[in-house]
Amino acid sequence: MTIPVHKYDVVIVGAGGAGLRAALQVAEAGLKTAVLSKVFPTRSHTVAAQGGVAASLGNVTEDNWHWHMYDTVKGSDWLGDQDAIEFMVKKANEVVVELEHFGMPFDRLDSGKIYQRPFGGHSQNYGEKPVNRSCAAADRTGHAMLHAMYQRNVKANTQFFVEWMALDLIRDEDGDVLGVTAMEMETGEVHIFHAKATIFATGGAGRIYYSSTNAFINTGDGVGMAARAGIPLEDMEFWQFHPTGVAGAGVLITEGVRGEGGILRNASGERFMERYAPNLKDLASRDVVSRSMVTEINEGRGCGPDKDHVLLDITHLSPETIMKRLPGIREISIQFAGVDPIKAPIPVVPTCHYQMGGIPTNYKGQVIVPKGDEKSVPVGGFYAAGECACASVHGANRLGTNSLLDLLVFGKSSGETVVEDLKNNPRAHKPLPANAADVSLARIARLDNQKGGENVHEVRLAMQRTMQKHAGVFRFNDLLKAGVEEIKKVAERAKTTEINDKSKVWNTARTEALELDNLIEVAKATMISAEARKESRGAHVRDDALDTAETPAGRDDKNWLKHTLWYSEGNRLDYKPVNLQPMSADVESIALAKRTY
Amino acid sequence: MERAEYERLRWRCIRRGLLELDLKLTRFLDQEFEKLTDEEVEAFKRMADMDDLECWKLIVSDQVPSDPHEAAVLAKVRKC
Ligand SMILES: Cc1cc2nc3c(=O)[nH]c(=O)nc-3n(C[C@H](O)[C@H](O)[C@H](O)COP(=O)(O)OP(=O)(O)OC[C@H]3O[C@@H](n4cnc5c(N)ncnc54)[C@H](O)[C@@H]3O)c2cc1C
Repeated sequence: MTIPVHKYDVVIVGAGGAGLRAALQVAEAGLKTAVLSKVFPTRSHTVAAQGGVAASLGNVTEDNWHWHMYDTVKGSDWLGDQDAIEFMVKKANEVVVELEHFGMPFDRLDSGKIYQRPFGGHSQNYGEKPVNRSCAAADRTGHAMLHAMYQRNVKANTQFFVEWMALDLIRDEDGDVLGVTAMEMETGEVHIFHAKATIFATGGAGRIYYSSTNAFINTGDGVGMAARAGIPLEDMEFWQFHPTGVAGAGVLITEGVRGEGGILRNASGERFMERYAPNLKDLASRDVVSRSMVTEINEGRGCGPDKDHVLLDITHLSPETIMKRLPGIREISIQFAGVDPIKAPIPVVPTCHYQMGGIPTNYKGQVIVPKGDEKSVPVGGFYAAGECACASVHGANRLGTNSLLDLLVFGKSSGETVVEDLKNNPRAHKPLPANAADVSLARIARLDNQKGGENVHEVRLAMQRTMQKHAGVFRFNDLLKAGVEEIKKVAERAKTTEINDKSKVWNTARTEALELDNLIEVAKATMISAEARKESRGAHVRDDALDTAETPAGRDDKNWLKHTLWYSEGNRLDYKPVNLQPMSADVESIALAKRTY
Repeated sequence: MERAEYERLRWRCIRRGLLELDLKLTRFLDQEFEKLTDEEVEAFKRMADMDDLECWKLIVSDQVPSDPHEAAVLAKVRKC
């Protein structure tokens, strides 16, 4: 069988914020650029982002990148690489102003400057008081960002392959990446995209959990593809849980609700946050609130027949305030919880929200892996940016609004690195290995020929429940140990998934089965990395990590100030040091300290 | 509706940018779609083609489209 081959200078997988920003950089430099996406670009999950994008413009309150850097390092619980963080916060103003020039309709001050609002974890003067750092376009920041960049890409002649699913990475004998295989959903045909540079911008994998704020599309395809191709995944034990997802549905209820006076209550109606965070109460940081909620539930004070959630109460606010200050919240609650929050409280649970780990990269967007004695050697021709990548700027916990910034900065820098490299080392495409598409074809043939196999939805559900139970907000040694065994069993089941529909064209069952392979890689990486990390740090909180003078809040810098690297083959773990050294002499390393807010 | 056409529509409903729409439209497909008239199917396709934010805002608004088929479909989506 001959497989159609498309030749491009650059192939980008993903058309969300990171993919579109990267595409713009390479297409405007005149490189022949293809962008693949499972959905129309402006339907990428970035569209869901409302809170805004961080930049220390200082338009409303005094601000500078030093403070932003400090907040980000502290937020990361010192697991973030300080060179990459310095790079990101220094570039923030530039990429936000560029976006404004691309036509992004930011909210403005009377002076015409971009309006900025405060957001959790961002501060003035090294934690002294809140700062206005988030730039937003009303409640449609992500939407506006995608539209502005998509239009500009069309002008720059970027070729979009919409409703194409990338399946596997193509690497040659030297380990260089030469592109991807991809399936056109309309025909079910597998094609090869042959590239001098391949950039992954496939977003997160939040659907590994049962309760997730992420849209169904977040199946971690890029992360799974990289893992199958022998690239280790970095820091996959770190997932941010948002305290208030609607119970049973996952849909996010923004922090703004508590900002406006929303109160969390347990089964007896008690405002339990008063016990856990006497000062900030319901407004304490995301991880503190999430853990307090889980403690209430675990100790039997949850609400509902299964005592499996708590209540977010805004019934004491006036209907006018709710309608005016919290638009959209009432509708979400009515639609997904069946309650009108003007009259009754909203059932909520901590819900998986953001993947801090991913494909390891440096600040230039190059994918880096250990080789011999070296821990960070670039993989030829391979780049990654956005939520699928781990630069690592978010370390053990991400600050809100820093993700959209990550997309812009590392989307752009990965593109810049590619342009530089192809300019300095002009070259022809490396020849494709003869078996370039074999792995993908074999995966599809396996699915088509499977008899008496497993149901895709059931296996996915088993994975999601396993992750939720064994590697949730709070982590326990025995549950993690059992979770490793459980997830390996689920992974075995995933090897024999079967689909009834064998049609070629528009076979969504097949597509979902192929997505499941990627979710499973991410789930294994998460569980195994989490079980191994015997400390608490940022979003990874173990009940057996004790709060001592040496290990404040359970964080053990002596033994665990290091990045995890998980390899799919043999579930092997490796570690590499955190880069505490900033990129330049403009700033000193932000010294380790206890993370308190 | 032909299988391929339905499956394409299905993909465009179960892989949206907003989780809100994934949930609503998947439920609608599973519970209501089979019972639609041809005109309502066309009306639903137009709705599924909308941008995520516009589509969601329409669903949670109290707007009633002037086209009766669109109005009927919207009422059913709202109930799912
Ligand atoms: C509800 C919600 C609100 C948020 N709000 C904010 C906020 O206010 N500020 C902030 O900074 N962050 C926010 N975040 C986080 C932020 O939105 C995401 O981290 C970010 O949008 C991810 O962008 P991305 O470009 O990496 O990926 P995405 O936008 O998810 O795009 C991924 C792209 O990859 C494509 N793709 C995936 N797999 C394949 C494949 N196999 N083949 C082809 N294409 C593929 C998809 O089609 C898509 O185009 C929020 C997250 C959620 C869930």
